[in-house]
Amino acid sequence: MTQNASGTQKVVVSPTINGQRYDLLIDPYQSLLDTLREAAGLTGTKEGCNDGNCGACTVMLDGRIVDSCLVLGAETDGHEVTTVEGIAPDGEHLHPLQQAFLEEAALQCGICTPGFLVSAKALLDSEPNPSEERIRLWLAGNLCRCTGYDKIVRAVQKAGE
Amino acid sequence: MTTTEQPQEYKVIGTRPIRHDGLDKVIGKALYGGDMKLPGLVWGAVLRSPHAHADIKRIDTSKASAAPGVLAVMTGADMPVAESIELETGEEVTNLAHASLKLMAHGRVTYKGHPVAAVAAVDHNTALEALKLIDVEYEVLKPVLTVDEAVAEGAPLVLPDHVGNDLGEKRRGTNVADHFRHEFGDPAKGFSEATVIVEREFSLTMVHQGYIEPHNATALWKSDGKIEVWTSTQGAFGVRSALAPILQVPETDIKVTPMEIGGGFGGKINIYLEPLSAILSKKAGRPVKIVMDRKSIFEATGPTPGGRIRVKMGANDAGEITAAEVDLYYEAGAYPGSPVGAGAMCSLACYRVPNSRIDGWDILVNKPKTAAYRAPGATQAAFAVESVVDEVCRRLGMDPIEFRLLNGVKEGDRRADGPVYPRVGNLEQLQALKESPHYASQLDKVTEDGKLRGRGVANGFWFNGGMQSTVTINVNSDGEVGLVEGSVDIGGTRASVAMQAAEVLGLRAEEVHPVVVDTDSVGYTDVTGGSRTANATGYAAYLAAHNVITAMKERAAILWEISADDIQFADGVFSSESDSELSISFKELAGKLTETGGPLAASGSIRQRGSGGGFGAHLVDVEVDPETGKVDVIRYTAAQDVGKAIHPSYVEGQIQGGATQGIGWALNEEYFWTDEGTMQNSTFLDYRMPTSLDLPMIDTILTEVPNPTHPFGVRGVGETPIIAPVGAVANAIADATGARLTEAPMKPSRVLKAVKAVEEHNGRS
Repeated sequence: MTQNASGTQKVVVSPTINGQRYDLLIDPYQSLLDTLREAAGLTGTKEGCNDGNCGACTVMLDGRIVDSCLVLGAETDGHEVTTVEGIAPDGEHLHPLQQAFLEEAALQCGICTPGFLVSAKALLDSEPNPSEERIRLWLAGNLCRCTGYDKIVRAVQKAGE
Repeated sequence: MTTTEQPQEYKVIGTRPIRHDGLDKVIGKALYGGDMKLPGLVWGAVLRSPHAHADIKRIDTSKASAAPGVLAVMTGADMPVAESIELETGEEVTNLAHASLKLMAHGRVTYKGHPVAAVAAVDHNTALEALKLIDVEYEVLKPVLTVDEAVAEGAPLVLPDHVGNDLGEKRRGTNVADHFRHEFGDPAKGFSEATVIVEREFSLTMVHQGYIEPHNATALWKSDGKIEVWTSTQGAFGVRSALAPILQVPETDIKVTPMEIGGGFGGKINIYLEPLSAILSKKAGRPVKIVMDRKSIFEATGPTPGGRIRVKMGANDAGEITAAEVDLYYEAGAYPGSPVGAGAMCSLACYRVPNSRIDGWDILVNKPKTAAYRAPGATQAAFAVESVVDEVCRRLGMDPIEFRLLNGVKEGDRRADGPVYPRVGNLEQLQALKESPHYASQLDKVTEDGKLRGRGVANGFWFNGGMQSTVTINVNSDGEVGLVEGSVDIGGTRASVAMQAAEVLGLRAEEVHPVVVDTDSVGYTDVTGGSRTANATGYAAYLAAHNVITAMKERAAILWEISADDIQFADGVFSSESDSELSISFKELAGKLTETGGPLAASGSIRQRGSGGGFGAHLVDVEVDPETGKVDVIRYTAAQDVGKAIHPSYVEGQIQGGATQGIGWALNEEYFWTDEGTMQNSTFLDYRMPTSLDLPMIDTILTEVPNPTHPFGVRGVGETPIIAPVGAVANAIADATGARLTEAPMKPSRVLKAVKAVEEHNGRS
């Protein structure tokens, strides 16, 4: 069945997510967030607001960070998507950011953590040793309501060292 | 149990292990409510009222029911109204009849966003589209939107049948749900002894907890009549207790599984979507998941109240408070039950006040029913009282911390609403703040580019809840243990509870494996709220661990064929007191359970009467732009008496997070209303919570005055840190500009107006 209940024709998209090619049957209006969570079964990317204001759903699309709720799944056909499930270098090791978040207690409830990790990874990929000010500016698009950001900023600093 | 003021030597407590649930949360594998998937799962969606106050004349759901892909439609007609009984839900009391009416309108809508119908369909979009096919005819009524409007002569009634309480007298035909008073001494006499009297009135608007994870609920109403619920909640047992009477099924037939929770701050104690998912599931014959959209979270869950507060305080030349009066008018929302009671309790709680009167009013308005938000009611009151204290200090020429030390409560002092303090650490944490490098530092009052700088101090008190918890410890043959608890982990309590068990058992924190389970799988446990979990569930873990040790001694006794009374346990080793040859480690003995009687599990349950009052004083430096009114926080230090920090990182995190929420409340956050009762800023773009760019590092100072009612001295820590910030920021702005802000948030337009007024006044004089 390639139609949904209201008669819209579904589409097949083939993004590469965390290095693996997926063939996903989605509705043309489905967001990338929804595509990742519902079609690809990757629920590490979280919904916070669904309107591009909290950053919880941050992923990398061809190396750039985007709010996945503001991108259509259909747009990612043939493109590279990196989610929190894909930031560790391999199955046995954590990314230095993941390790630093654990050691610095940079998460409380953890719902914003995937978005922060992906955003911060994008920062460290381009600037390995960012200043506190630079980290605060870069992460201003990711809301955390638990930590007051103090330990998050410290964790990113630590991972950058 | 003994508690001394001497620091004790602990092996696990006070260390900073990596939290047990941390790995799953940094690799995206932790399962939150929204991640729930089940065979046959379908989506629900909720139709909400566009009006704040209206009668529903007619609802026609026939087109929605007939739409392809729609499996069930419900309205108020499908949802019974529970009996009018009061349920203690952790940080507030919920009237279940009101809860039913709030969750799904029955003939009348009383706030914008009030659910009027719900749909289950094969996918989310189909459910959302079906909502558009539901035809509702409203007769719009005039809404009541402020406490002043609500008490005005001839005001429309939010709940026409409600009987209010006015100092013990029943009142009909009023929007005042409750009016109470605490009186002590003779305020008139006290004011006559004062040489300085400051009286001010303050106002605030509603603010929201702002948790990042949306509310969600998945329910399956099974063929045998039993109901399973998976939800994001601060307390699975509370969900069960509320659902049973609302759905009118026996509590035992409901099993609630708490999923990982993405923030709550008090706002995820009440149920919202759970009964709708359950009723839709019953009709659809399928499990139904609903995830609330952000706009509805703002409009239709429980913010903390706005309102109006009047404070009058007098002090003598020696700097001693002689009298104080506080009047608190809090918005309840559309149903009774604002946190004005706690606001009253906390308002003067930091001070010895020989003569006092506190009046509280709980006032119905056509806004969402308020819910707990971190130290519910206390921040509003502290904004008012701490601002007035600051003015008293300025008039007396006294140092603000010195004044708070001189008048500050300690053990044996009476709180203004009656209770006498046990051992508390108010003076100790104030003293620590006074001795901080931040307080010793100089602050230049004007920057090179003409910005004005100022420093503010405020104090805060929260009583901290106790309540009930259960922990079961299962001993594994490898010598590690499983720890089964009912306390939802909202910010590291798996770790802080497991660490207390590890301390008793002589294990490392990592050798205790905590798991949070559903309501069928552990004894009753109250909500993760009231700053109670590390204390009460930690205490239950302590008891369970001691019961494990007692049972293990009996196993060693069997092994050695001696009396269990002869066996002692220290540093992870059981040994005979009379025969030094006999000793066995916890791990070794755990490997011999089979031959000494079989599996070993032990539980601990407790009903704590409180988790020790918490005091937290905050110090803030701000920079005010006199051209724009924008205020930046440039340095922040928060002191708090925490009793005993089990995992200091997560204690610091609570304080930093609470302070930040308070800073947002002080400077930016507000519900901005239209005259029709619509919140105009119901997105995270316009409801402006602090970002990383808005803040400096938040320095913390933990003082540890042990709580005498906990074996390790733990006090609740989570709520206290949100109380002081709004007052501290107001006092810093006053220090910077000479302008006393009496309305929160202290947004640029207000600050600019106040600064200009001061400039004009100074120009004229």
